[in-house]
Amino acid sequence: MIDELMQKEKAQKVKMETTKPVGESVKLVVPHTEVEMSAVQKVKVKAEGVCAWFGDKQALFDVNMNVNQKEVTAIIGPSGCGKSTLIRCFNRMHETVPTARFAGDIMLEDKSIFDPKLDPVVVRRRIGMVFQKPTPFPTLSIYENVIVGLKLNGVRDKKVLDQAVESSLRKAALWEEVKDSLNKPGAALSGGQQQRLCIARALAVELEVLLMDEPCSALDPISTSKVEELIHELRQNYTIIIVTHNMQQAARVSQKTAFMLNGKLIEYDATEKVFTNPSNKLTEDYITGRFG
Amino acid sequence: MNALNEQEVDGGAVKPALPFFLFGKFKEVGFGDKLFRGITGFFAFLILVLALMTFLALWVNSGPCFKAIGWKFLISSEWDPIQQKFGAVPFVYGTLVSSFLALLIATPLGLGISLFLTELAPLNLRTPVAFIVDILAAIPSVVYGLWGMFVLAPIMQAYVDPVMVKVIGGPFFVTTSIGLSFFTAGVILSIMILPTIIVISREVFEAVPNVYRESAKALGATDWETIQLSVLKPSKPGVVGAVMLGLGRALGETMAVTMVIGNMAQVTPNLLAPGHSMASVIANEFTEATGDVYLAALSEIGLLLMVITLVLNIAAHLLVWFTTRNYGRA
Repeated sequence: MIDELMQKEKAQKVKMETTKPVGESVKLVVPHTEVEMSAVQKVKVKAEGVCAWFGDKQALFDVNMNVNQKEVTAIIGPSGCGKSTLIRCFNRMHETVPTARFAGDIMLEDKSIFDPKLDPVVVRRRIGMVFQKPTPFPTLSIYENVIVGLKLNGVRDKKVLDQAVESSLRKAALWEEVKDSLNKPGAALSGGQQQRLCIARALAVELEVLLMDEPCSALDPISTSKVEELIHELRQNYTIIIVTHNMQQAARVSQKTAFMLNGKLIEYDATEKVFTNPSNKLTEDYITGRFG
Repeated sequence: MNALNEQEVDGGAVKPALPFFLFGKFKEVGFGDKLFRGITGFFAFLILVLALMTFLALWVNSGPCFKAIGWKFLISSEWDPIQQKFGAVPFVYGTLVSSFLALLIATPLGLGISLFLTELAPLNLRTPVAFIVDILAAIPSVVYGLWGMFVLAPIMQAYVDPVMVKVIGGPFFVTTSIGLSFFTAGVILSIMILPTIIVISREVFEAVPNVYRESAKALGATDWETIQLSVLKPSKPGVVGAVMLGLGRALGETMAVTMVIGNMAQVTPNLLAPGHSMASVIANEFTEATGDVYLAALSEIGLLLMVITLVLNIAAHLLVWFTTRNYGRA
């Protein structure tokens, strides 16, 4: 298994190193091949040998992963496989747990997010997160919920804030539903609306990467499909990493899928490949429902 | 083993153990619940009766004073038992001033400590500090009084009061004192109500679901911003409750205040002057109160203290209600 992993990693590296410059140059010369070439993407987030511990228990074992820009990457796996831990490492949220330890590195566009000079606060303003349970701040109105992040950044100009509220809510496909009740408390919305409000809240800051930790597991099917549609749209502008229990969801929304088991990254490939022709027996077993 | 236990429990539920005199007649299903509701309801009713009776007793006892002095009792600041002149103002003033001073000191301190304990302190520091806070709450007030008289008052007189005169001065801090003053009473009260504020507000902060802290953090909030946004804001009603409980204790505190406030019935903006409080005048003068009117005057002060506490509590509840009625439910 480890051998396979290493081979995979090597193959990926080779792909990375060789095809990226070639792809760009080809794009310039032959414009009509652009569609094919878009498969060769810029790497946005890169996990390098990520290990994590909570107390004495190791939760992640040497995870290597390249997340492409403006793609949706799904992380699937059974409960306790470390997928949530991994996604929380991507914006250093694991540091909020006092007993957590971390090894390895995570790069955001070739810069380590663990740079000792870098405040995690700065990282989290570029890499946002949406949680399993919708968490609009209970004491704030819809309007205030959206601009919370901007206010933290010191934006006070009413015009800028108004604009940000509309554009973020539009991006989150919520504007039409709430434009007449912006001053109502955020907690008064339905679960699905609350979750989209949380997405709008994350988008309002200068966001590049959106992490979603099982964003639909507390939602009904209609709200879920709305959030999934939204994910499709957001992909135009953002890099998205989504953890999900729901394999159909992973298949629906993602371009790449990572399968994790017991803290290890078992398989990471194009979604289509993972779901139709997985190269690892464990992945196949999980996808066909033999365990998990 | 487990299965056996469960069976036993089940068996027990089928045949409820009733007292022998209730067999037969009251065997109907749900009788136990009715009985339980009746008993607990009676206990709850008892509280109401107790409060009402206390109020009535004070009311009746203060009758002679009300007859002799009337409403003037509430606006007069003269207290001269020999001349049969009684006015409650200096005591109300002393109680309110020392209590609000205590709140002014203890609220930021207490909230700061409990925020540190719930949000920022390393795990292995939380329990010991919480333990010390509990100890602080268990010290009898007369011990606080002794400490206040022999340790705190001299320190206030020698070091703190002169600094306050220099830094703030004005009408509030004029000339140095003997150390027994409104200010010293406020300081010792603040120490006494600190545990109340810490314990209650800590529980309020701990009740905030962790997801809100994480949401704020994920938006790039610093520790302080996280606390402001996801801990302090939703905790407002609880924090007001904690402070009000502290205020309640400060208003009624007798022993420690008596020992450090100086026991002089006067109204002055100078916080370094000796004063008096409602609780301490009752404690000090009840045994030597001669004559119906004198005793009744002390009772009326007691009544007044009760009413003031009640009014402040109602005001706090209204405040909480007004500030939170627009919150949705999380």
